[in-house]
Amino acid sequence: MDLNLLINFSYIISAGMFVFGLKMLSSPATAKKGNTISAIGMLLAVVVALLSQGLDYKWIGVGMVSGTVIGVLAARMVAMTAMPEMVAIFNGFGGAASLLLAWFEYSGKYEGNDLAPLFTAIVLVLSIFIGGMTFSGSMIAYGKLSEKISGKPYLFSGQHIVNIIIVVAALAVSFLFVTNPGAGSQYMYMLIAVALVFGVMSVIPIGGADMPVVIALLNSYSGLAACAAGFVIQNNILIVAGALVGASGIILTNIMCKAMNRSLSNVLFSGFGAVTTAGAGKQQQGEAKPATAEDVFYILEAADSVAFVPGYGLAVAQAQHQVRELGEILEENGTDVQYAIHPVAGRMPGHMNVLLAEANVPYDQLIEMDDINPNMETIDVAVVIGANDVVNPAALDDETSPIYGMPIIEVHRAKTVIVLKRSMNPGFAGIENALFFHDNTRMFFGDAKASITGLIAEFKES
Amino acid sequence: MTPVFLTLVLVLSIFLGFELISKVPSTLHTPLMSGSNAISGITLVGAIASFQLEHSGLGVILGTSAVCLATINVVGGYVVTDRMLSMFKKKDGGNQ
Repeated sequence: MDLNLLINFSYIISAGMFVFGLKMLSSPATAKKGNTISAIGMLLAVVVALLSQGLDYKWIGVGMVSGTVIGVLAARMVAMTAMPEMVAIFNGFGGAASLLLAWFEYSGKYEGNDLAPLFTAIVLVLSIFIGGMTFSGSMIAYGKLSEKISGKPYLFSGQHIVNIIIVVAALAVSFLFVTNPGAGSQYMYMLIAVALVFGVMSVIPIGGADMPVVIALLNSYSGLAACAAGFVIQNNILIVAGALVGASGIILTNIMCKAMNRSLSNVLFSGFGAVTTAGAGKQQQGEAKPATAEDVFYILEAADSVAFVPGYGLAVAQAQHQVRELGEILEENGTDVQYAIHPVAGRMPGHMNVLLAEANVPYDQLIEMDDINPNMETIDVAVVIGANDVVNPAALDDETSPIYGMPIIEVHRAKTVIVLKRSMNPGFAGIENALFFHDNTRMFFGDAKASITGLIAEFKES
Repeated sequence: MTPVFLTLVLVLSIFLGFELISKVPSTLHTPLMSGSNAISGITLVGAIASFQLEHSGLGVILGTSAVCLATINVVGGYVVTDRMLSMFKKKDGGNQ
């Protein structure tokens, strides 16, 4: 009895440490310490959980050792450009673990008897369903992000009807399970199957550019799954920690949706990109003005202030180190250098910030969209690297554009804009970008990494 | 009574979560995600606490896989977050 009390008190301390850890994430200066505190809280919770009596240490040990080895290797080896895939996989594992825990509880305690109260039956269903959809949804998200399957939205006619059938099936199976909790595992197997299909169907229609929203949402689901598993085994720490993660994911999802001026349901059900290309037929007037490395060099050399605007193309070209090098050369040249980052640039929230931090760009040079836009007129040169929709002025002034209303980094108000781009192909959403045809825009074609390396060479020669 | 109490814990935690996370700057959104991912590996604690000696053969597979996957989440999540946060440096000092 005393031991149980000790265990539960320790869980409260762990919960407090998670809260503190998250609080310290509110500033880059304290974030690292916060993560350590959160990890110590987790260690404490795991250690006291191991104190419970009658545990099967052999198999727990097997699971923990293998998990630790895999976890450390994965975390050490992953490239920063591959962070979105990594987070997607981890989300999926979290969901799968909650599903397996619920299944384990069910098969050990409630299968074949009528001992499960209604409440337990309901939380079992939630835990299995949310865990299952998180797992399969995350695996699809991983496939899309790593380009193992096409990143394009996958749509077919009758998709809505199929989805409605899946939802009805989920409700029906859940009802059967809840009303006959002791009836054996067939309803649970059906529930797992429906949950997996549901997860696949809900992520497959979503395009690559909408991935920040999806990852944030799956992050939230993985927390909610842990939370539901906590209700199944009546464990406070699972509920608290799961709820914190669930809330975190929902807030991020909301921020991402706002940054695209779209509702969550629009992201989840519309299959952006595939549908909207038809509406974006407005042809651009004028001609894009290409520039050579030498032209760009003279422009940058004369500039007093430069803002780099990175997008997913930066991650694809792996050009973050070259960009930082160019930034440092410019600073030595007396130029004021900033990096303007749109909230949805890249494939996950904060993706660009991590890449630039990896390349040793100090975080005080990473400027948020709302802070740079009011000062845009004072910036001599905005250098857009692999970004497109997040700098498209059509979002401000073209009501027919599918991205109308989305907040953008207003580089077109800078004195000069240099766009690094592979070709004139429209961006992910298939929308023409009027920015490329502006009088003050120069197009610098080529691979971003090669282009910037060329610029650095020009500076070194001079 | 217990369901009511647990639900109260849930509701309070969600409010707390909203308060905390709203203050995280967008610069740190990726570490926030991987860090909260590690926290969602809390399922590990539940899986350990429920892994009693008496179980079926299926139970061994389910329990061990749950422990393994949740451990990957916890360990991998914290290590990769630490790795990322080590990269965030201020302009003066801290630079190599």
